[in-house]
Amino acid sequence: MTSVLLVAERDEQGEISQSTLQAVTAAHGLADAHVTAVVAGDAGGTVSSLAVDKVATISVVDSGDVGIYEQVTVDMAALITSTSPDVVILSKSDFGSIVGARVAFRVDAAFASDCIEISNTTGSLSVTRPVYGGSALAEFEIASSPAILTLRAGAFEPNNDTGSPEVEGFDSGTTAARSVSVTDTIAEVREGVRLEDADFVVSGGRGLGGPEPFSVLTDLANVLGGAVGASRAACDAGWVDHSHQVGLTGKSVSPDVYIAVGISGASQHMAGCSSSRAIVAINKDGDSNIFKEARFGVVGDWEKVLPSFLATVRDLKA
Amino acid sequence: MTVRIVVLAKQVPDPETPPSQFKIDESTNSVIPPSGVPPVVNGFDLNAIEAALQLRDAGADVEITVLSVGSDFVMDAMKKPLAMGADRLVLVDDSGLNGIDSAATVKVLAAAIEKDGPFDLILGGRQASDWDQAHVTLGLAEVLGLPLVSLVQKLELDGGSVALQRVIPDGYQVITAPVPSVLTITNELGEPRYPNLRGIMQASRKKPEIFSLADLGLSADDLAPKLELKKLYVLESNRQVELIEGEDEADSGKKLALRLREEKLI
Repeated sequence: MTSVLLVAERDEQGEISQSTLQAVTAAHGLADAHVTAVVAGDAGGTVSSLAVDKVATISVVDSGDVGIYEQVTVDMAALITSTSPDVVILSKSDFGSIVGARVAFRVDAAFASDCIEISNTTGSLSVTRPVYGGSALAEFEIASSPAILTLRAGAFEPNNDTGSPEVEGFDSGTTAARSVSVTDTIAEVREGVRLEDADFVVSGGRGLGGPEPFSVLTDLANVLGGAVGASRAACDAGWVDHSHQVGLTGKSVSPDVYIAVGISGASQHMAGCSSSRAIVAINKDGDSNIFKEARFGVVGDWEKVLPSFLATVRDLKA
Repeated sequence: MTVRIVVLAKQVPDPETPPSQFKIDESTNSVIPPSGVPPVVNGFDLNAIEAALQLRDAGADVEITVLSVGSDFVMDAMKKPLAMGADRLVLVDDSGLNGIDSAATVKVLAAAIEKDGPFDLILGGRQASDWDQAHVTLGLAEVLGLPLVSLVQKLELDGGSVALQRVIPDGYQVITAPVPSVLTITNELGEPRYPNLRGIMQASRKKPEIFSLADLGLSADDLAPKLELKKLYVLESNRQVELIEGEDEADSGKKLALRLREEKLI
């Protein structure tokens, strides 16, 4: 038997997140898996019907002065020590990345982040993850147990089955030491649809040459009911706020249509948008990498292509 | 009193290497260094150097040590942080460090920091552009037992503590961390400065301080990997792009929209 501990996360509504449902699929993909989901808070709502064998609930007291996910790190480390799972699975979210890495080093476990494939059919655990900004893939074998893994968003289909897991409370009995204080949280001002949830994303890159063209991209995004994205180059240049950044170190999006304007398509950028249903590229350099990833493209100057594209889309949507 | 800052820096293949020149030797599972493209200091680590320099610019008395672990260092690349304004370069340079995993890297860094420390702040880039794991600095905080704040976009020394802004998916957190702490710095901090001529001249005269594994009391046995790399490969995209060509560029734009409608995409 392969015992899997799945660290569940909740979305803004308090329900189990899509990335956790994807992790359920990954966990059940392991041979002979017995899956325990660990959930912060109570077992109400969708938690009680999660398609896993068992749910462990931990109560979370976040006083804000014990660092970032410090209490949950303490609880997870204790749970792993007491239950000795073979594999621990988290999402590669802000929470999963930090808790996964900290717990791994706290309990001296192997750690691999951003996995897109996991398998144990050969007897040992093997994981595949993108490296070099997505230019290559690396397959690793992990001999030691437990192995702590974070999964790339979208790498697995969500499991929407219902189950009737046994529910058990877990209390580590340990309070995290006071470390850093989070004194305030400032939310970015967002207009319109959230980038990560948008069905249409219109993104601009270095090829736009400055901040002004983003107003045209915004017009197009508004007509489509979508959101504006950007490459890291455009954000670092200050043309558009970093909250719009799509890519390995920015946001991951998977819209129906991703329209890339003046974006060369470096692997670091594609890492954030490659799961889009269709990528549409407008770029004057026909040799740029974006055309290797796109389904439709126009080789041309965006200043000439985009206005007529926008006008036609507007007519079609009217 | 001088605030001692150590910035972790890694030598990596230049991430700006054109995709056509990015090649892998599948017999050794390693990247073939592209000819004429020298390695660089990981770009996110330069953000961390920039963060340390900004503390100095704000008037703090800081000493900035750059620490790197590896082998086959290219000194022109590794001296860039010195040219930007860092004070010292400490290298753990040992052929035994070839191909070690990140758990071993953390051990070596912790040993070097113990030997060369104590430090008030330990800074690292948010991740390295080669393996993209983003957890060496996080693991180091665990091993050293120090407070950790990741993804810092702004920092300010404030007496015995440091005031921080940490990037979260929909905004940022305002955080106060004690000294000493471990911080990872993200590119939202802003572009790292370019070295000026004076900085380059000063850097050229500075010699790195070099430790071997033995100097740190470590041996190959301490560095056994937890993860074994079995296969490194490039996934060829088999996607075929459909290029839309009109009479002129404006016409192409129009035809593109019509084609997307035809496919029911818009």
